[in-house]
Amino acid sequence: MPAVSKGDGMRGLAVFISDIRNCKSKEAEIKRINKELANIRSKFKGDKALDGYSKKKYVCKLLFIFLLGHDIDFGHMEAVNLLSSNKYTEKQIGYLFISVLVNSNSELIRLINNAIKNDLASRNPTFMCLALHCIANVGSREMAEAFASEIPRILVAGDTMDSVKQSAALCLLRLYKTSPDLVPMGEWTSRVVHLLNDQHMGVVTAAVSLITCLCKKNPDDFKTCVSLAVSRLSRIVSSASTDLQDYTYYFVPAPWLSVKLLRLLQCYPPPEDAAVKGRLVECLETVLNKAQEPPKSKKVQHSNAKNAILFEAISLIIHYDSEPNLLVRACNQLGQFLQHRETNLRYLALESMCTLASSEFSHEAVKTHIETVINALKTERDVSVRQRAADLLYAMCDRTNAKQIVSEMLSYLETADYSIREEIVLKVAILAEKYAVDYSWYVDTILNLIRIAGDYVSEEVWYRVIQIVINRDDVQGYAAKTVFEALQAPACHENMVKVGGYILGEFGNLIAGDPRSSPLVQFNLLHSKFHLCSVATRALLLSTYIKFINLFPETKATIQEVLRSDSQIRNADVELQQRAVEYLKLSSIASTDVLATVLEEMPPFPERESSILAKLKKKKGPGAGSELDDGKKEPGAEINGGMDPSASTASTPSPSADLLGLRAAPPAGSAAPTSAGNLLVDVFSDSPAAAPGLAPGTEENFLSTGAAASVCEDPALPLSEADELLNKFVCKNNGVLFENQLLQIGVKSEFRQNLGRMYLFYGNKTSVQFQSFTPTVTYPGELQSQLNIQTKAVDPLVEGGAQVQQVLNIECLSDFTLAPLINIKFRYGGTLQNITLKLPITLNKFFQATEMQSQDFFQRWKQLSLPQQEAQKIFKANHPMDPEVTKAKLLGFGSALLDKVDPNPDNFVGAGIIQTKSLQVGCLLRLEPNAQAQMYRLTLRTSKEAVSRHLCELLSEQF
Amino acid sequence: MVRELMQVVLARKPKMCSFLEWRDLKVVYKRYASLYFCCAIEGPDNELLTLELIHRYVELLDKYFGSVCELDIIFNFEKAYFILDEFLMGGEIQDTSKKSVLKAIEQADLLQEEDESPRSVLEEMGLA
Repeated sequence: MPAVSKGDGMRGLAVFISDIRNCKSKEAEIKRINKELANIRSKFKGDKALDGYSKKKYVCKLLFIFLLGHDIDFGHMEAVNLLSSNKYTEKQIGYLFISVLVNSNSELIRLINNAIKNDLASRNPTFMCLALHCIANVGSREMAEAFASEIPRILVAGDTMDSVKQSAALCLLRLYKTSPDLVPMGEWTSRVVHLLNDQHMGVVTAAVSLITCLCKKNPDDFKTCVSLAVSRLSRIVSSASTDLQDYTYYFVPAPWLSVKLLRLLQCYPPPEDAAVKGRLVECLETVLNKAQEPPKSKKVQHSNAKNAILFEAISLIIHYDSEPNLLVRACNQLGQFLQHRETNLRYLALESMCTLASSEFSHEAVKTHIETVINALKTERDVSVRQRAADLLYAMCDRTNAKQIVSEMLSYLETADYSIREEIVLKVAILAEKYAVDYSWYVDTILNLIRIAGDYVSEEVWYRVIQIVINRDDVQGYAAKTVFEALQAPACHENMVKVGGYILGEFGNLIAGDPRSSPLVQFNLLHSKFHLCSVATRALLLSTYIKFINLFPETKATIQEVLRSDSQIRNADVELQQRAVEYLKLSSIASTDVLATVLEEMPPFPERESSILAKLKKKKGPGAGSELDDGKKEPGAEINGGMDPSASTASTPSPSADLLGLRAAPPAGSAAPTSAGNLLVDVFSDSPAAAPGLAPGTEENFLSTGAAASVCEDPALPLSEADELLNKFVCKNNGVLFENQLLQIGVKSEFRQNLGRMYLFYGNKTSVQFQSFTPTVTYPGELQSQLNIQTKAVDPLVEGGAQVQQVLNIECLSDFTLAPLINIKFRYGGTLQNITLKLPITLNKFFQATEMQSQDFFQRWKQLSLPQQEAQKIFKANHPMDPEVTKAKLLGFGSALLDKVDPNPDNFVGAGIIQTKSLQVGCLLRLEPNAQAQMYRLTLRTSKEAVSRHLCELLSEQF
Repeated sequence: MVRELMQVVLARKPKMCSFLEWRDLKVVYKRYASLYFCCAIEGPDNELLTLELIHRYVELLDKYFGSVCELDIIFNFEKAYFILDEFLMGGEIQDTSKKSVLKAIEQADLLQEEDESPRSVLEEMGLA
């Protein structure tokens, strides 16, 4: 038994733990544990009341058993009893048990809350701290309901001890994170900001954490914290290493607090007050200078703490993105770290440089490190570091170095770890496409990708190469020749067969003149791969064959023979069989003219942004945009075996256009999609094209969409709160859309059938003129084809205090899910303001209420019974459950409310029709509140899957 | 989750960097003899300082137990929890000063000693 330094007498526990440790096998351990559990159970059940000490000991044993990974299903009550003990250790163990093994049993929660309440009121600081710890560790909604209004009071009360203040601040932070709606803002907020001036560094540390979190939602309430944070930071940075006594960590003054302050400052734009800004810049310079000083200690702790501050300072510099001098210095510093012997530093330097690469001021400086980074990609022993190196190469790529970077990545791919191959493939594909000067290079690169890492080449990648070849007639011949050569390899990847099949089917004629690649040779080459391929590929090849019949009449007999063979026409797979039968008939019945029309060359695809980019984003951010997922189940996306030339008989690129069609957004000519929201900001900044003005060529290349008028600078990504703002307008048409210190945007709108008119009122809140005021509407994703918005330009000068109005005429062409964006740019006192918001135009605006009788309703309800027609969501109420408010919201949503339809009078039933130009979608909805559980169940049935899902999403955010 | 993470971390070699991306979190780990300490942090959190956070916690344990070893932590797991609670709360750092954390713990221990009336060894055995 180890020497326990401080007195604690739970001998029984120690004996039990040694017993467990002495167990020779898993079985013996389980046996010992079961014995103990039986013992404890009988003690708890026994008639003899246990004293506090025994209870504590048994509860502690249970805890230990739980930590060993066994389930504990009793003892909660005893632990709760311990909470009300007035002996400290008993109380402490009770709280520990509750914190670790919390159970949402409502009966217990009430008792626990009661005990906590008593302790909070006890004025005994140790007890108060225990109670606060417990709240913070559990952080459940029930606790938030019980204590969220109490804790701010404790936090700012004059007589609260420092240690309690610290606990209260962090406890409040935790509650705010779990249930922000329950934490009341108020008069206390200003006093919290002033805790930044507190004498006690521990209190300041806790307070900064709290403020950093609070100010993200309410930046205006806390903006005074900027100058306080700067002065605090400056005091720390300039202090000697001994000034802060115990808060100095290995000769670094208060590293945690410094980092937290730097993080807090990243919530705000650069300070407007010149003096504050000057002081801050000075701090940042000091931090950069210190990095060059010789270390005060050889200990890794010293350098880690110092560098932690440095990296955070660099993040702030990148966040401001306005001090070229600091940015370049930061880049040089990171450059030094790239060659550091500490793996951790190399990793962080690569990561940090990735974000630097997207700043116009430091992009060139980052590029100078290309050789080091390539070297890292080749020689680093740790896959996570190599991954960072690959990310950085991707971020620093532009037209000048694309060929080098792509070829390095390709050669890395041959040995790359399986875990990151797919991502590298996507990156290579994107870079090759984005910076392609000649398309033969592009085609070569992609075919190389398939050759090297065929398994990791996802459908998006090979769809895309086909799309590009089809759209660029100068590369078609080259592509046909290259795939023909690639297919000569004895073993080639199935993806190569797919690309080869498709391209030869379209453009095989371009190389048919050469006897070495005559039509029959082409056909035999493809057909030699046929039997080894999956059903989807074989289906594609069958389509290629029928195209061959059209391109090369001399192959007709051979191909008909193949189609007629039992292995095709009687294939067990329905799709193959059907194709074989149909193509055979088509080739024998149709005249050459008809055949030529039906099997005409694929029309060019609408030029849109690459779907590969969307795929990469999805890969990078697992939690990222649900909006990306909207595209995932695009109807028809499953028929990928398709790519079926005959399916699109004429020139409309139907389902296959959707396949290639690019779930992502074509925002403003560049590759920075705005649709996916700010969640993906990181990912975007990986993409060099997101950096304004970096790659002037990007706009002209074949990626450009022309969806939005090209403006001198890229529009900002939508504000982080854009979705929230949008949600406010789902059920109402008028209100204030946006407001900051400079600008207020009001909105008034009306909708009828598939048309709408919206008035936007831009109010200049300052006394200074706004110049070059330009609001621009952009359409993320496929929205361009779904929604039509016409606007008139507004006067570029907005006088101080004035308001200008803009009218938008809206036409809904078909159902849509993404909201259109409005980007507002203007100059205010010389700085460019750039704001992107979501326009409050959601599908339900085109909802027309329909009254119907109960009988009709149920009949229609039953008609829409396919699983994909229904969308259902069960969710917790975020607002008080008031039936009148709910009614108003449903009416505001646009649906009719049908009385006496649902047998349960508490439920709401509604009906309506979504009016679009191309089609009308009937919608039925049912909302079932459960007041007891504070939950709702919402069910939507419409004739269109995407509509059901989208309306369900929209509406479920409203309650 | 713990099991999955354990395998990932244990598979890593000493020269590798101490950060790894795991689901949408980052895991920062540090090895002390045969003990691994892991922290899961969010994207924007500072990795290096998290590493030092682990170190500070180990220092606290060390100070409290006097040259801490694995057994101390196993046998006094509740103490290890209490120290952690004083140092971190709801995932945020509460106080970075070694002194103030230890002071809080010592105070608690004092309270404890006051509570504990001496018990006879026999009674202990009987209950064990």
